[in-house]
Amino acid sequence: MLFYGTRLSSPLMLGTAQYPSPEILAAAVREAEAGVITVSLRREAAGQRAGQAFWSLIRELGVPVLPNTAGCHTVKEAVTTAHMAREVFETDWIKLEVIGESDTLQPDVFGLVEAARILSSEGFRVFPYTTEDLVVAERLLAAGCEVLMPWGAPIGSGKGLNNVFGLRALRAHFPGTPLVVDAGIGLPSHAAQALELGYDAVLINTAVAKAGNPVAMARAFRLAVEAGNLAYGADPMEARDMAAPSTPLLGRPMLG
Amino acid sequence: MKILINDEAYTVTAGTLAALVAELGFSDARIATAINGEFVPGPAREHHILVEGMRVEIVAPMQGG
Repeated sequence: MLFYGTRLSSPLMLGTAQYPSPEILAAAVREAEAGVITVSLRREAAGQRAGQAFWSLIRELGVPVLPNTAGCHTVKEAVTTAHMAREVFETDWIKLEVIGESDTLQPDVFGLVEAARILSSEGFRVFPYTTEDLVVAERLLAAGCEVLMPWGAPIGSGKGLNNVFGLRALRAHFPGTPLVVDAGIGLPSHAAQALELGYDAVLINTAVAKAGNPVAMARAFRLAVEAGNLAYGADPMEARDMAAPSTPLLGRPMLG
Repeated sequence: MKILINDEAYTVTAGTLAALVAELGFSDARIATAINGEFVPGPAREHHILVEGMRVEIVAPMQGG
């Protein structure tokens, strides 16, 4: 699946926040063989230049970057942040977040659609962080989005895919649209499940960064998305309610 | 002249946003700027005259999810 005309080297998108050190972040990105890394913008203090050091690290990694609008609660904030991100990171890709509720960090889908329309009309390639709602998805596509990023569960919760039915329905309704499960994935098995459902990618951050061994966990996620992707392509069997013997009954000896 | 840079009060001598960025040592840095909540692209900074009480934002790449 192409993401705005670009084929990713891996279905694993990796966030860059919350790692114990820049060295561990770099090692995790390499071990994950991430197809994309997400980045953000924050205030730069004149004396510290922390952002400049981070920028050098990102360039050395050589992985495509997807800037986000994390923390934005209004359309205006998100649109302005996107403009700033485009200049800083020299990409028109933007992971659009318009947060609507502070406990769940769930998107304000109304503001999201409006911001997506503005940014798409300005030439941005919008990756909207959304819910699994089909109607919102339709509106996002109508607004110019060519990728959808529904949540699995609230950001940082690690709860996995809370609404498998909804995610499956989204996949079925939009067979030609790249779909990414963003947020809520806590374990490699969650990521594998998303790929098994036919999702094109997953975006992971906290599950790797906050693991006791982030580099080992990055590898586990790499293997999980590979397994999930292979499984989907191999056309999994249908689940059924009743048992069905796998060993043939024919030829069974009469021993009773 | 007193202005706010990233929500902190500064007294600056620079007359334009471009001069302020240079004064802060960011001429060659990877940053983006805004004045009073409006994005100001790099090439436009020299056209933005600083006035008392302006709110300047300077952002740079940072870790994100």
